[in-house]
Amino acid sequence: MNRLEQSFKLLNENNAKAFVPYMMAGDGGLACLVERLVLLEKFGAAAIEVGVPFSDPVADGPTIQSAGIRALENRTTLKGIITELAKAREVVTIPIILMTYLNPIYAYGIDDFARDIQIAGVDGCIIPDLPLEEEDIIAPQLADAQVELIRLVTPATPLERIKEIAGRGKGFLYAVTVKGITGTRNLFDNDLNEFLKAVKMLSPIPVLAGFGISNEDQIKELTKNCDGVVVGSKIVELFEKDKLFEMEKLMSVFKQEAKIV
Amino acid sequence: MTTYTLPNKKGHFGMFGGRFVPETLMKAVLELEQAYDNAKKDASFQAEIDRLLKEYVGRETPLYFAENLSRHAGGANIYLKREDLNHTGAHKINNAIGQALLAVRMGKKKIVAETGAGQHGVATATVCALLNLDCIIFMGEEDIKRQALNVFRMELLGAKVVSVTAGSATLKDAVNEALRYWVANVDDTHYLLGSVMGPHPFPTIVRDFQSVIGKETKEQFQLRNSSLPDAVVACIGGGSNAMGMFYPFIEDEEVSLYGVEAAGQGVDTDYHAASLTKGKPGVLHGALMYLLQNDDGQIQEAHSISAGLDYPGVGPEHSHLKEVGRAKYFSITDEEALDSFQLLSRLEGIIPALESAHAIAYAVKLASEMKYSENIVVCLSGRGDKDVDAVKARLKGGEGK
Ligand SMILES: Cc1ncc(COP(=O)(O)O)c(C=O)c1O
Repeated sequence: MNRLEQSFKLLNENNAKAFVPYMMAGDGGLACLVERLVLLEKFGAAAIEVGVPFSDPVADGPTIQSAGIRALENRTTLKGIITELAKAREVVTIPIILMTYLNPIYAYGIDDFARDIQIAGVDGCIIPDLPLEEEDIIAPQLADAQVELIRLVTPATPLERIKEIAGRGKGFLYAVTVKGITGTRNLFDNDLNEFLKAVKMLSPIPVLAGFGISNEDQIKELTKNCDGVVVGSKIVELFEKDKLFEMEKLMSVFKQEAKIV
Repeated sequence: MTTYTLPNKKGHFGMFGGRFVPETLMKAVLELEQAYDNAKKDASFQAEIDRLLKEYVGRETPLYFAENLSRHAGGANIYLKREDLNHTGAHKINNAIGQALLAVRMGKKKIVAETGAGQHGVATATVCALLNLDCIIFMGEEDIKRQALNVFRMELLGAKVVSVTAGSATLKDAVNEALRYWVANVDDTHYLLGSVMGPHPFPTIVRDFQSVIGKETKEQFQLRNSSLPDAVVACIGGGSNAMGMFYPFIEDEEVSLYGVEAAGQGVDTDYHAASLTKGKPGVLHGALMYLLQNDDGQIQEAHSISAGLDYPGVGPEHSHLKEVGRAKYFSITDEEALDSFQLLSRLEGIIPALESAHAIAYAVKLASEMKYSENIVVCLSGRGDKDVDAVKARLKGGEGK
């Protein structure tokens, strides 16, 4: 059993939900990446999504766009990130998932990428501009490297398709909560709970909700119908403003209910 | 070449193309593919396009023998396919009409589009006015400055123009914003993409709607000369006027196809838009195509005096035609384009768009190396009214880019 499966098994046994923070690698400098990963684990992260900056992030809203620009201004590269993640693996025990648009991988070389992230101890990979129809370009290489390709479904995805996508996956399924880009929001669609229920029913693997999640009330509401949440823009913003106390508090949301292992 | 049937079912042209979009858009691009396949089989749909192209756009456009320009070049005969005479002043309307009718067929009442030079934005806003569709246009802040008159035109036509300040604040960034808008408004909005780029089926749809250029050219040339031209030449931004001109000639191997990119200040500087000449394959805006990018896969800013060529990629079908050698791609600098802009104005009384001036500049070079008995057709993709201010500033020593 790989690290991702193990983590979810443990959560499940403890009847606990997963809090998965997203952070932009290189925002604040690549030198602080390991330190931040350690901190997120200490605050109770079940796994961590590490974003790779890209010049043209079409699935992202202003917060993550700006973090990406800052990271690129700090001369962050995919190669540099993988090097740091290899170091992080020695001190971080929870799963690490790389979130990157396809082009940086394509430029790196798909075979090299799969091999290098395996060596660095990366557990999964999310590629927001890679739908089912195109995944042959990289899925076999990731499978060989035993890195899970984490797939996304959205409220715009028809049920049949949700079933097909969920059926292909291991690790977890990423349920995008909005028809839209990343970024914190006040309002969620009325049909969101129904959507999550449907996804949960169709998915043989754990379901995490993400996009737009920024506060405890939302998290509690959403996790009635899924196995956890991914929180991106809010975490990026709290790192940028150095509000670590607030981050710790937000990430403790499940601790009253069940003990995170 | 045997029969040419690309793209394949997945929207791939050889290794290029595809549908590299967020999952949120997959339903929309699959629906669009379905709707387009149905529309293609419906004779009344094609009839409505033909009617509007004739009565509203003013097609067919003339094929004009540019005798003075040919004499100046001192070689092959140069013909101009006069897309500049279309309503709204460029080839962009051919595609805008087709896609807007498709949107209506799909029951979508809102249109979002990107624009660089503003020509596609104006064409889109025009068709939206005609068909009573809501219209929102994303345009880079830099281009809004360069093409102020077109911004006002779009507003007159009832469109909302949104300034994009991210990145290089040009066409690439306008496409990013339009895609983000589409992701969030996919239920009631059609993205009216302006060139042969983006996820499948856009490169095919735009090519098909623009193919009227090459089809007419072929007929007109045959009627006049009982033969085919030896070469056709077109400028390349995303590649739509070129693809529209090339496509009907693809299987006629005796016709050489030449695409002309913008070399900006020179392809050996950092300031050009020559994606096929200097780029590498990569994925942007939903397709695998040639892209200007650094070693880490970050997209680089394109630079050209002409806003419509200022894009760091070139559509997947051109990427494929380059790869297999069916079309050849060259580049023309800002200076050369400016010279041709003036040359065509003086010699033929035709002020070309700066984009089209790139094609003219290359055609003059090419003609001079060809025989007097040979013939070249240049796609004169648009007229230069929109560029007169910028050229004036540049020539009279004002601010230029
Ligand atoms: C007159 C004209 N020609 C050419 C282009 C370049 O686009 P494409 O390569 O898609 O024809 C533009 C784009 O705005 C244009 O306005």
